[in-house]
Amino acid sequence: MKVSGPALIVGDDINTDVIYPSKYLAVSDRAEQALHAFEGLGADWPAKVKAHPVLIAGWNFGCGSSREQGATAVLAAGVKLVVARSFSRIYMRNCINNGLAVVESDDLVSAAEPDGIVEADLVAGRAKVANRIIRFEPLPQHLIDIIHDGGLLARLKKG
Amino acid sequence: MRQTLAEKILSRASGAPARPGQFIEAAPDWTFLIDTSVRVILGHLAKIGLDKLPYPERVAVFYDHYAPADNVANATDHRNGRDFARHQGITRFYDVGTGISHQVVAEKGLVQPGQLAFNTDSHTTTLGGLSCFGTGLGAAEMAYVWATGRIWLRVPQTIRVVLKGQLRPLVDCKDVMLTLLGKLSSRAAIYRAVEFHGDAIQHLPMASRLTLCNMTTEMGAKVAFVPFDNVTQEHYRNLGIDVDGSLGQPDDGATYEKTVELDLGEVVPSVACPHTVDNVRPAQDVKAVPIHQAFLGTCTNGRLEDLRAAAKVMKGRTVAAGVRMIVTPASRDVFNAAMKEGIIADLSDSGCVITTPGCGACCGVHMGLLGDSEVCISSGSRNFLGRMGNPTSSVYVASPATVAASAVVGHVIDPRMLV
Repeated sequence: MKVSGPALIVGDDINTDVIYPSKYLAVSDRAEQALHAFEGLGADWPAKVKAHPVLIAGWNFGCGSSREQGATAVLAAGVKLVVARSFSRIYMRNCINNGLAVVESDDLVSAAEPDGIVEADLVAGRAKVANRIIRFEPLPQHLIDIIHDGGLLARLKKG
Repeated sequence: MRQTLAEKILSRASGAPARPGQFIEAAPDWTFLIDTSVRVILGHLAKIGLDKLPYPERVAVFYDHYAPADNVANATDHRNGRDFARHQGITRFYDVGTGISHQVVAEKGLVQPGQLAFNTDSHTTTLGGLSCFGTGLGAAEMAYVWATGRIWLRVPQTIRVVLKGQLRPLVDCKDVMLTLLGKLSSRAAIYRAVEFHGDAIQHLPMASRLTLCNMTTEMGAKVAFVPFDNVTQEHYRNLGIDVDGSLGQPDDGATYEKTVELDLGEVVPSVACPHTVDNVRPAQDVKAVPIHQAFLGTCTNGRLEDLRAAAKVMKGRTVAAGVRMIVTPASRDVFNAAMKEGIIADLSDSGCVITTPGCGACCGVHMGLLGDSEVCISSGSRNFLGRMGNPTSSVYVASPATVAASAVVGHVIDPRMLV
């Protein structure tokens, strides 16, 4: 499973109130959710997220609430891969279980540059960034399968 | 193999010895849902075409985040959730005013020591006070668990926190957790289990234990435990429920990733300053900050003991001019007990606004939102940017005593300075 695209870089301890403010919890249409992705950082952020298929974050990304809109809004905005130095566990599960690829890698985050192209091979555990090859620990195959199928429920439906 | 409590519970729930780092599939004993997840999960269930839940007896539903409903859309969600529960034969349904899910679970003795419970709320670690494995999930995953009765989990490493000594007056377990967050950071326990040990534990009542475990979420913990002991036994005995305490105890000689020690006698009233929960300072160092709102409540600190502590500080005093103080009991049982003790009357006499039990102002969706550039001191768990509904506002997180003292003087203050 391969993903590539320009990177949007965010900092440490980015929480779910910032990623998806609670005032939009009632929005169930994912395309509309996407219009508020990262709005907590400023009104221009949803457009930035939309323009970057790869999101690069620091430590403790997605800390806070269990709201899965934090993952589904980002996914609906067109993000294909989230890389972080570390993830908050519920956020990481929400990504995988809704079909959004995640990589936990300090090295990859350090190597990434704003708007630079990241090409990641999730199964091989290898990414190309700024002409460098970075290796990372791939997710177990059964989690990659969940992502590949579009999430836990899509996989369940497939049978 | 000698196991930590997390390993022990996951071994039982998966039917095979669980080792840290391993991925397992387990059968949960309980799967809880809160009102903010109703709309999302009903959408998921419709998409996968699941009409009848195979295990409705493992489900409980709690209306706590926007209860009573604050707008028509949420009222309709509430209505749809009630219809759904009736259709599915979900008998454990806790409607508007019953209280916050975690508190109600503890009061009703819904979960037992050694059980595995999930809830679509991040503060489900609270259940560790009952020696139960509790953790949060998103709604898609909950739909999957409801459909299959199974869940995938990574077995966590366990951090042992050893608490020694005794708390000083006007210092409580919230200050303990803020102190630990300040020392260790909000990333200290990501994907880890936390077990609380040490001589100090035996003196801590259930309310304090729930607070300890609740706040480990802010360290990133997957789950937390106070191992089963006389206090846990007493809690279930009072509820008339027989439990097997051995299921809620780790093995002697289990392997811990690391051990952290804290002398409770050294803990002082503390405050988490904006906008991260590990930006912690002694309350006496932030006294110059004026506040507009004080909020007492939440699954962290909305219990009877917390209301009692605040009322004691405020007795004979009133909320400062220009400040509003909102008191939201964690549950109806807390509300009723506080009424019988005269605490509600005392708080009201002091100028507090008493609201329906539930999550209240904490999550920024219902009641007690902040205006532009306003400052709130809260007994809740989080002070993230925009947490209480407004990205230009600021939230300081502190103990009930510190919140009450600050409401009286109109700025953040160490409660010991007031008496």
